[in-house]
Amino acid sequence: MNEVILSVDNLRVGFPTEDGVVQAVNGVSFELRRGQTLAIVGESGSGKSVTAQSILGLINRRTADISGKVIFQGQDIVAMPDKQLYRLRGAKMSMIFQDPMSSLHPYYRIGAQLIEAVRIHQRVSKQQAREQAIEMLRMVGIPAAERRVDDFPHQLSGGMRQRVMIAMALINSPALLIADEPTTALDVTVQASILELITQIQQTHDTAIIMITHDLGVVADVADDVVVMYGGSVVESAPVAEIFASPQMPYTLGLLASIPRLDRDPDRRLDPIPGNPPSLISPPAGCVFNPRCVYADRVDGNRCQSQLPELLPVSPVHSVRCHIPAAEREAIARSALSGLVIGAGDPA
Amino acid sequence: MSGYLVRRLMLLVLMLVLLSMAVFVLFSLLPADVARLSCGKACTPEIIEANRIRLGLDKSVIEQYWVFVKGIFAGRTYPEGGGPAALVCAAPCLGYSFRKNATVLQLIGERLPATIWLALGAFVLFMVVGMVTGVLAALRRGRWQDKSIMGVALLGYSLPSFFLGLVVLFFVIIRWKLLPYPSYVSPFENPEQFFKTMLLPWIVLAILYAAFYTRLTRSQMLETLGEDYIRTARAKGLPERTVVGKHALRAGLTPIVTAGGLDLAGLLGGAIITESVFSLPGIGSLAVSAVVDPDLPVLVGITLITAFFVIVANLIVDLLYAAIDPRVRVAA
Repeated sequence: MNEVILSVDNLRVGFPTEDGVVQAVNGVSFELRRGQTLAIVGESGSGKSVTAQSILGLINRRTADISGKVIFQGQDIVAMPDKQLYRLRGAKMSMIFQDPMSSLHPYYRIGAQLIEAVRIHQRVSKQQAREQAIEMLRMVGIPAAERRVDDFPHQLSGGMRQRVMIAMALINSPALLIADEPTTALDVTVQASILELITQIQQTHDTAIIMITHDLGVVADVADDVVVMYGGSVVESAPVAEIFASPQMPYTLGLLASIPRLDRDPDRRLDPIPGNPPSLISPPAGCVFNPRCVYADRVDGNRCQSQLPELLPVSPVHSVRCHIPAAEREAIARSALSGLVIGAGDPA
Repeated sequence: MSGYLVRRLMLLVLMLVLLSMAVFVLFSLLPADVARLSCGKACTPEIIEANRIRLGLDKSVIEQYWVFVKGIFAGRTYPEGGGPAALVCAAPCLGYSFRKNATVLQLIGERLPATIWLALGAFVLFMVVGMVTGVLAALRRGRWQDKSIMGVALLGYSLPSFFLGLVVLFFVIIRWKLLPYPSYVSPFENPEQFFKTMLLPWIVLAILYAAFYTRLTRSQMLETLGEDYIRTARAKGLPERTVVGKHALRAGLTPIVTAGGLDLAGLLGGAIITESVFSLPGIGSLAVSAVVDPDLPVLVGITLITAFFVIVANLIVDLLYAAIDPRVRVAA
């Protein structure tokens, strides 16, 4: 096993507002090893993006309450002074964002933006930085990179811009790459090639990746481990094969059941999870998922409505936050997923 | 790009022509009778009639306009067609003021330096102060620095210029005698007196205008600081100073440049009240005396000059857009 390069321990991020504190992340913990890919899955508002931005220290510490630990290569990001953080960001860890159309500065040539990224962290001349930029653009599959380097972002397509973003994120060979829904804003055909590019670069650079997504197809493609988030908390975490083969938390089940499938009757409606994501200002009492959980009545004494379940291990690698007894959870999963061919491709 | 520039310059000429027509028609519709006004004390109907012919006011508006335009390019005489006692107004002739017995161009030319110095000095001052305080307020949003900057800006924004000008004049010059009473000289002649004269008008104008730029810059910065590419800049590891001072400021610059260009053009047309309060011999005070007197040829001339400044400023602002935002270059 490779060494752990990132460990998040009981991370909490709250944003005070006039209506109360929005507790976007509520005690999240996980670990990531070098060269591995961790997928963080959840719907909008589950806290996955805020978690990712906290890891890079991008959440403004003056306007947000952040507690817990984010240990990256032995150093705690949460407590780190700004100046030290600037040296890590973009060099040792970097991030690509959801929308490539708006993530590049529209007024600067992509070359200038790449060169800037190089020269913050490396003592090289402009010319050397430019050569690195062209080399990197070539690597991420930009045709005629030596000419494209002088283009402005608006002269490139969405897929090309995301390749530029990837080039910019990887130009200083970081140990950790966070990809926040990197394919959500792209065409399906482009999605596949971008994912392929990311996994290919991971293999050559031995980069650890956190892939934030709500697309379970992406998870099956690239992830080693999966963390499922709901309402700011981790509700289930397991290796990818296990998440698809034996999901234990009703929310994970719901996510799996709501994927459109080609092997089912095309006229059959999808099975969405009923209800809406919880309010993060005044979350429901008990289990955050209980108002939408169809199995909440299977637990005695209304514990789902009154007591927050703990995230407990069911095996050394698999943890679940649920009051339903383990045996019953497995039965529920079997019946809910019966007849479904789980997983896209070979998740292992 | 050069094709764009040519097109814009042609458009500029067209606008000037249309504008001069509009101004000319507008002023010819005024009930004031220039022939009567340039008559003097011992006035008889005969003299008025003679004046009318001398000024060319007996002709139709269209003919008058033609003579006016011809005057700009070829000069003109009063009366039209010359004669032994004819007054010559050489090209470019914007008209002749019989009240001041000088060509309009002479009058404006005498007054222009004071106005240009006033406008430029105030412009530099209020742009720098406005943008710096605006950026500061945005960076310290919601904290005491932001609140005090915005409070002062609101105050400056709501003060009328005649009030602020008079208060400053009264205290600084009359009561405390910190500066001599303003008396304009050219900066090349007596730089010290020039600065002592211009300092207060600059500050007064800067206070009035800077407040607007503080607010504009702050709101622009707050908007751009929320953009995705700002987050990208931070994720690269850029220090906050560079993120704000380079990435965010450049993106928020466009409306500031627009407003700045138009304000400068407006000031070049004369800061009427400030010039009057500090008795600066500028376009603004010339305009005031031309209204009070009344002296229509001078008013027409000033209106055209001011409009010319605004149109040119617009062109420069558009060219600056292209320099700031590469997407504009492609569209052009």
